[in-house]
Amino acid sequence: MKITHHPDDATLMSYAAGSLAESLAAVVSAHIAMCPTCRNEVRVMERIGVALMETLAPASLTRACPQMALRAMEAEVGTPLAIEADPLSDIPSPLQHLAGTRIDEIRWKRLGMGIWNVPLKLSHVGDGDLRLLRVGPGRAMPEHGHGGSELTLILRGCYSDEFGEYWPGDVADLDELVEHRPMAHPKFGCVCVIASERPAKFKGLFGRIMQPLTGL
Amino acid sequence: MVARWRHLGTYDLAYFIVRNSCMIQTMPIMIDTAQLRRPFRAVVDSLDRGSMAELINRVAARKDAEAFRELFQMFAPRVKSYMMRQGADATTAEELAQETLLMVWRKAALYSSDKGSASTWIFTIARNLRIDRLRREVPWQELPEGHDEEESTDTPPDVAVVERERQKRVQDVLATLPQDQSAVVGLSYLEGLSHSEIADRLKLPLGTVKSRMRLAYQKIREAVEDLK
Repeated sequence: MKITHHPDDATLMSYAAGSLAESLAAVVSAHIAMCPTCRNEVRVMERIGVALMETLAPASLTRACPQMALRAMEAEVGTPLAIEADPLSDIPSPLQHLAGTRIDEIRWKRLGMGIWNVPLKLSHVGDGDLRLLRVGPGRAMPEHGHGGSELTLILRGCYSDEFGEYWPGDVADLDELVEHRPMAHPKFGCVCVIASERPAKFKGLFGRIMQPLTGL
Repeated sequence: MVARWRHLGTYDLAYFIVRNSCMIQTMPIMIDTAQLRRPFRAVVDSLDRGSMAELINRVAARKDAEAFRELFQMFAPRVKSYMMRQGADATTAEELAQETLLMVWRKAALYSSDKGSASTWIFTIARNLRIDRLRREVPWQELPEGHDEEESTDTPPDVAVVERERQKRVQDVLATLPQDQSAVVGLSYLEGLSHSEIADRLKLPLGTVKSRMRLAYQKIREAVEDLK
């Protein structure tokens, strides 16, 4: 897979710091599962966290090293909640607990105008928006501005907008000032996962009609 | 504002999440203004990274409790202050520090010193635990074997020495960052604020926050480039 569009360095840093919004972080995890380049960047960025942790004065502990607990833990079993590996999986592993393992098994909800989606559940603290989107061949997404940052990761097919063509593994990293009008590939259409820090704002008649219905 | 840390049993580690967090809005805000005014400096001599990797290997190989105790004494106080800086109260912070080190005990076998520094590994565990504590519901997914690492074709002759050098260079760059860059980096890594939250806090446009982050990183990347 040839990946040409990556998240911004600032986005990757926020991810490495552990301070990226949950919805955006889900997309970054999925991207780095596919992209060795960004994986290596994140590893360098994690060093910043280590270095900064060392600038903090060590806090004094009230409890000693829990030697007893170590023995207790040896008796414990297992890794948490492993999903059975699916050799034919085409959904990146960090999203599989939310979206399943195969694109063809996604239960889409139809939005009309050649667009389907599935909202993905965030934790109780996640106030952003994370959803899978499927856009039919040659169909346009309605124009929208962004509330805060938005990340789109292509899973299948392709879309293009003012900034270029995006193929599987590519990420469009857009901030609030950007307005764009992505168009799905005329032959393959597009399946992607979109995360926004806040709900996206659609413009135009279609957006005004659809937004109350879809929450998009 | 009150932090939404939930109290859980120390060993309640069933959930865990890949990374990251939002929700910092609900955390107490603590800007260490002294920190913002001066560049970052390590307050202690750097830990001896070569021996840390060895301690972890001893824990992995034979569940060496003495090696673990040394790791605990080295890291738990620092992880505790990291957690407090991120908004946890002292009790929760200590509990999370304990959990972090217990995770090291459990997962030591998954650590391999040629894959990166021991302290980075422990930092990522601490960071992920913090995020997990905030989110609870989402189960952590183990990444598939071999996912995290690229096959290294030219293993450096002395991993520990290179590792020390690399971390030292990161520290040196951080210590010499201009104040405007070190402020955003500190708010991101230590206070756990998202870029939007940093923009609000410092009354800057979001784009400025991001470009300061990028500038800081470019210097760090340049400094460690030849050690990759």
